Amino acid sequence: MTQPLPIQPPDTPSRLVREQLLPLVAGLEHSDLYWLAGYAAGLAQGRMGGAVALPAVSAATAAAPVAATPASLTVLVASQTGNSKRQGERLLAAATAAGLNARLVRAADYSLKELARERLLFVVISTQGDGDPPDEARALFDQLLSKRAPKLPQLHFAVLSLGDSSYPKFCAAGQIFDERLLALGAQRLHDRADCDLDIETLATPWIHGSIERAREQFAELRIATVTPLRGATVGAPQTAAEHASGPSASRESPFAAEVLAVQRLTGRGSEREVYHLELALGDSGLRYEPGDALGILPRNPLESVQAVLEATRLDGDQSVTRDGITLPLAEWLTSRLEITQVSRPTLLALQERRASAALQELLAPASREALRNRMLRSQVADFLRDFPADWDATSLLAALRPLAPRLYSIASSRASVGDEVHTTVALVGDGAASRPNPGNPRWGAASRFVATHSVDGSMPIFIETNDRFRLPRDGTRDIIMVGPGTGVAPFRAFVQERAETGASGRNWLLFGARSFDHDFLYQLEWQAALKQKTLHRLDLAFSRDQAEKIYVQHRLLAAGHDVWDWLQNGANFYVCGDATRMAPDVNAALLQIGRQHGNLSDDSAVEWLAALTAEGRYLRDVY
Amino acid sequence: MAETPPLSPVEGIKTRSRHLRGTLVESLADPVTGALADPDTQLIKFHGSYQQDDRDIREERRLQKLEPAYSFMVRTRLPAGVATPAQWLALTDLARKYGNGSLRLTTRQAFQIHGILKRNLKANIAAMNAALVDSIAACGDVNRNVMASANPLESALHAEAHRYAAQLSAHLLPNTRAYHEIWLDREKVAGTPDVEPIYGDTYLPRKFKAGIVVPPENDVDVFSQDLGFIAITEKDAADTRRIVGFNLVVGGGMGTTHGEPGTYARLADVLGYFDAAHLCAIGEAVLTTQRDFGDRTNRKHARLKYTIAERGVDWFRGEVERRSGVTLAPPRPFEFTSRGDRFGWTVGTGGRWHLTLRIESGRIADREAAAGQPAAPRWLSGLEAIARIHTGHFRLSPNQNLVIADVDASARPGIDALVREYGLDIHATARPVRRDALACVALPTCSLAMAEAERYLPGFLDALDLTLRQHGLQNEPLSVRITGCPNGCARPFLAEIALVGKAPERYNLHLGGDGLGQRLNRLYRENITEPEIIAALDPLFARYAAERTAGERFGDWVWRNQLVKAP
Repeated sequence: MTQPLPIQPPDTPSRLVREQLLPLVAGLEHSDLYWLAGYAAGLAQGRMGGAVALPAVSAATAAAPVAATPASLTVLVASQTGNSKRQGERLLAAATAAGLNARLVRAADYSLKELARERLLFVVISTQGDGDPPDEARALFDQLLSKRAPKLPQLHFAVLSLGDSSYPKFCAAGQIFDERLLALGAQRLHDRADCDLDIETLATPWIHGSIERAREQFAELRIATVTPLRGATVGAPQTAAEHASGPSASRESPFAAEVLAVQRLTGRGSEREVYHLELALGDSGLRYEPGDALGILPRNPLESVQAVLEATRLDGDQSVTRDGITLPLAEWLTSRLEITQVSRPTLLALQERRASAALQELLAPASREALRNRMLRSQVADFLRDFPADWDATSLLAALRPLAPRLYSIASSRASVGDEVHTTVALVGDGAASRPNPGNPRWGAASRFVATHSVDGSMPIFIETNDRFRLPRDGTRDIIMVGPGTGVAPFRAFVQERAETGASGRNWLLFGARSFDHDFLYQLEWQAALKQKTLHRLDLAFSRDQAEKIYVQHRLLAAGHDVWDWLQNGANFYVCGDATRMAPDVNAALLQIGRQHGNLSDDSAVEWLAALTAEGRYLRDVY
Repeated sequence: MAETPPLSPVEGIKTRSRHLRGTLVESLADPVTGALADPDTQLIKFHGSYQQDDRDIREERRLQKLEPAYSFMVRTRLPAGVATPAQWLALTDLARKYGNGSLRLTTRQAFQIHGILKRNLKANIAAMNAALVDSIAACGDVNRNVMASANPLESALHAEAHRYAAQLSAHLLPNTRAYHEIWLDREKVAGTPDVEPIYGDTYLPRKFKAGIVVPPENDVDVFSQDLGFIAITEKDAADTRRIVGFNLVVGGGMGTTHGEPGTYARLADVLGYFDAAHLCAIGEAVLTTQRDFGDRTNRKHARLKYTIAERGVDWFRGEVERRSGVTLAPPRPFEFTSRGDRFGWTVGTGGRWHLTLRIESGRIADREAAAGQPAAPRWLSGLEAIARIHTGHFRLSPNQNLVIADVDASARPGIDALVREYGLDIHATARPVRRDALACVALPTCSLAMAEAERYLPGFLDALDLTLRQHGLQNEPLSVRITGCPNGCARPFLAEIALVGKAPERYNLHLGGDGLGQRLNRLYRENITEPEIIAALDPLFARYAAERTAGERFGDWVWRNQLVKAP
């Protein structure tokens, strides 16, 4: 039973198909199209009484997803100059002619996730320069060679490698790919061919040979997967019950998460340093949902610890006991106590030892604003230096409050990244590139900790749930997301989650930063999401790219008509990021939109937003 | 059973482009990317621009989840490379405002501004046009910038050659209004579809290069052109030398592809002589023959040189004569005696003065001196200062150099003072090999480059100079050209020594061109590094120094001794 179809399909589709079905299909992703193809073939076969009797599909089950796409051959092409692409196309044509169900995918559009599901894969890849893969395959290569690459016991593969033997590392990329797949547990269906400039000499016999092998293999796979179209659960996303299970780390007993990646996201021309952090959750049992936050317990910057020791002239090596715990003073200052942020109790303790008139005045109710500004600019060492006093180690410890964990919006969806958690961290400090102050850098504790963390080590973390910032349960609902700067982090998680769960509602993101060229966080991912139609609209506000400053609220106002329409249509509205200026400006813009496009009075615009909030459709995660 | 191969994808893009409009307007307006939609990256070439990216930081930005640092190069259409001081000043402003702070003089006598961001591209092109410089057809599958000799001695002849180059450029210009609509906001004229009487709807199969040379100088490398004209001059009744006609040469071209033996550099054939009045008719006939018979299935095989090589010179001559209605006479005699520029001050006809400056790789930028080093030349500011006081014109030479032309004797001291002040007098001190070398742009902006060229030229010349000095050859003329890939922008296959990029820090070494652009060099060593290049040249220089005949150039010596073999 290897006949693909019992009848010849007509050359042109019927009018019904042309006018009604094709417009619907046009927007589907290739995985959907493959599913649909298999589904339709099954239907046709059933109706025609084909050799394999598929169960009749009732209306109730017609929409049930199929477990796996029908067994098929994927031809993965990684091409720089077009030679590999041509060979890939020859291979595809030959495979199709041989009756195989085959598709061709470019390496740039291919992910490890797809690979993990693949059964039969032919790779055509060339080698560039010093043994490198083509540009389009670099990302895939990095992933494949990383420790996160999945085991591939289900996979049969063969590699056609192209190169130029006048280069020292002839065909190295194909060789690496071939050996890596083998190392990941895949089975080599056919030996690799390393083609020189006379490509066809080896490529032609290789194509014939590997297709022969695939035909043998394919028949077997095909029988194994022609299964009823209904009731499939294999490979379905994990259930809610699984989500809820498992022990959780907490603030008190954080989990030491392995650091998988610390990657700067801002370009070299940027005035800001923003980092993307990826952590492995391993067997921690930690679970999170999009909208949750990641708690990080940092170690304070060395510069800040030294500044405290210098200002107090205390020896960092001396042992000190507090609350029954004995540690060297420097360790207390590094990992246990708050020294990058100044608290009022610390200043009161300082005043007690020092009794300075100036400090007394600063602590007076009238100086509240001045004190607040000064505290924002300063670290503990600055006050210790400005108001010198005699300190002993025990008193100093007593004056400092415990080091608090820092919370960052989670930037990943587990449905997309598996047992990992990602977040986005902006480096805080007047030692940052924009404001160099090498003599006395004042770094933010956790952002500096993340930015300088090595990829080998681990980082103490926990999950902080945030039920007030959740995606709509109803996946058909549209969402509008306003996330300038690192406020975009949870929306990366949202878009990932909605893509993985197949939510049909539209996703609209408004992002802003200083410059398009250097500060467009996750630019490549948003571009890919737009292409894949998992992000439906992206409005951008880059404040420094033109004479006038443009922020997200301006884009929101400019799109006011659509914003109103979306909200009237039931969309949720999310805001994440700066609480002092951005969030109020966005709120004001929403009121303006209500007045302008909803013809609301001042009061009813306020009521409208209040109602949206009460319905849980206007959600903010601002800080 | 021979199958007709499919047309190359670019042919489809051209066909669907509605005369080069494509979706350029939408691409320019897309705020999510600094790039254009893929098909538009082909179409924008016809508008005189290439999409590029800073390859030095491509990998870094990929890791940063940022797209490549895209920017655009804009190339001017500037027949014969002649520009006014006002145009020079306008281009300098744009280089600072939108570009990377430099102008680049190309080997085809055009200006390039690099590093223009997509959001500034329209403003840049509009401002150029306001200064009466356009970029129509400066790139793309059309007739590119028309070259002409820059000879400063024969001012009247140069003026004639310039006029013919401008005539030919105008005659072979695409007719579409797309450029004016997209960049200059000219209104669409309803109901009047574009017609391309010369090009047709799909333009040419590939780029097309034309140049006019005035012997005895072959500065335009006329045998590298698809369409070349060797000016034949006679003295008229008033004893003034004038161009009376041209020898037509066709089918030259440099571009090759590594690893594809079906591609090759080719010298143009001399087809015959015709009267100067027929210049445009002959040019159009050559162009339309290639339009109709060029290979549109394989862009690596689409240049005129392959059409002629495969169909024969006699067939081609017949097509040209039939299409133009002009019968070609036997070629008139001509002789080339040099290919370089005449550096320094020269006096031409009419007692007007001309100053030719050496501009390494054609790059006009203010250099910054390294700490402890003497002041570096400030080309952009210096030439800007000269443009402010200059009343004549500028000529870009085909060797990437610059002629400050048509200067009154009284104005020389003022220009000399600026040349000294800004350090622009390297022509007076540089050795011949450094004065005559060419390099294409290559990394970091050219997407085709496989190795460095412009940035590597100074360092390579240092290493070469060391070796030449060891053999007492440092003052001999020697033509050295470096390109980052085998497409041949700096006409490498006509050099005595050429480095053709193969991979980072690796080049093919070609030897044996003559000094006059009349003989192609050949591959001597493949895919080697600088130490290997120097090690290969060193024993050759030793033998050359000992064995050469009087006046024999290195390339001729290599050839005479059969040190390079036919492939």
